[in-house]
Amino acid sequence: MNSAPHHSSHGETLKAKVEQATGVKLNHCYQCGKCAAGCPVAQDMDLTSCQILRLVQFGDPAWDRQALQSEGIWLCLACETCSTRCPQEVEVPKVMDYLRSEAVRQDLAHPRSRDILAFHRAFMDSVRETGRLYEIGLVADYKLRSRHFLKDVMLAPKMYVRGKLPLLPHLIQGRDAIKRIFKRTLGSKP
Amino acid sequence: MRIGYYPGCSLLGSSREFDESVRAVSKAIGLELVEVPDWNCCGASSAHVLDHRLSLALPAKILAQAEAAGLTEVLAPCAACYNRLASARAALEADPAAAADVAAIIEMPVTGRVKVVNVLEVLDRCQAVIQEKTVAPFVRKVACYYGCLLVRPPKVLGFDRAENPQSMDRLMTAAGAEAVEWNFKTECCGAAFSVTRTDLVARMSGKIVADAVRHGAEAIVVACPMCQSNLDMRRPEINAHLGGNSQIPVVFITQALGLALGIAPAELGLQRHMVPALALQPSATV
Repeated sequence: MNSAPHHSSHGETLKAKVEQATGVKLNHCYQCGKCAAGCPVAQDMDLTSCQILRLVQFGDPAWDRQALQSEGIWLCLACETCSTRCPQEVEVPKVMDYLRSEAVRQDLAHPRSRDILAFHRAFMDSVRETGRLYEIGLVADYKLRSRHFLKDVMLAPKMYVRGKLPLLPHLIQGRDAIKRIFKRTLGSKP
Repeated sequence: MRIGYYPGCSLLGSSREFDESVRAVSKAIGLELVEVPDWNCCGASSAHVLDHRLSLALPAKILAQAEAAGLTEVLAPCAACYNRLASARAALEADPAAAADVAAIIEMPVTGRVKVVNVLEVLDRCQAVIQEKTVAPFVRKVACYYGCLLVRPPKVLGFDRAENPQSMDRLMTAAGAEAVEWNFKTECCGAAFSVTRTDLVARMSGKIVADAVRHGAEAIVVACPMCQSNLDMRRPEINAHLGGNSQIPVVFITQALGLALGIAPAELGLQRHMVPALALQPSATV
């Protein structure tokens, strides 16, 4: 791996973009590892929070790519344990959010992010259409996107008999305003 | 006392017993809930993964609508909604340019005047009334489970202690319970991975259930719909992961306090849980 820090010829480094979008100063991280030590999913990550920050700190395109391709950025649940304990107050979940969106933009997202992304998109589809989350719609949309048709089929009837699964969506009055919010933010993103 | 009320989507569906029990307890203690008109989803755990501006605009719309309705304070019982609303409010306050951008996106002015409070904060204020109206002390050992979203990030929320919060323990103790000392009060349950990475939720929620049981708790008390549904609805996966058969019920703080206030279990939605919780009602002889 080429480790020489250099500033990419195709414009801004990932570091600059992260800092600009999130306000987080990546150089504040001095690699103590406390974020990864308390992270409840660190053991499942190919690269931990602390390693991802290190990769992006250099401004090296090859290392940026490694961070963007990692599965680790997709496993962050934004539980905020890391940012709460960080002695330098680095807001790691904000960085993770940005890296995920950048990974999607550059088409570098880890293959195992597919279902996670499908879920979030299905969730927001429902909000875009009705203004609120419609749980049956979310599940149907997720199954279509992920093709996990049989996942949790036994749970729905149990929820239904307990009155936890309303069949019809709650439609809010201001749906048009909600659609415009989506248009102005997500635009035509799926 | 009057307060704005933002139930949020979960409370209309998979966590409707939280809404039922918040309303029942509020009525019993003389707290009037004024629902935010025509509210929308706060974006939950999904909007911020897809787009930062969307994750600010959705909660900002709710705050703007509350403001337009003349509300100064809004109770958001769902911990995720509470966190999204409070975080958006703080972000807009800190960055006037972002606030102007968001106002244009939602086509409404938003000043950040409306304060967002969680259910523990509100109940804490009403503790004297709750104590006075308690007719059936909740004499159980309980593990008070706060999860992530009620206490983190502390700089934004400014609520309770981040690592060892006390408000729920205090409320449950006042209602007659014994709040056990345990280790996983603020550990993450796996949250939005319930559907996509159920394996991780089984392990993460499994640690929480096992530790509560190990410390002698007879019930886990929560104030977050995601925590409740992961610990309750995912119990088959949790038990398979733990290799056991834990039947410890997971109830909302308003259900536990509701029982202490003498409210009927059905009014609190206690029959709606996957892991049976009806046995927590005080026996007829008490």
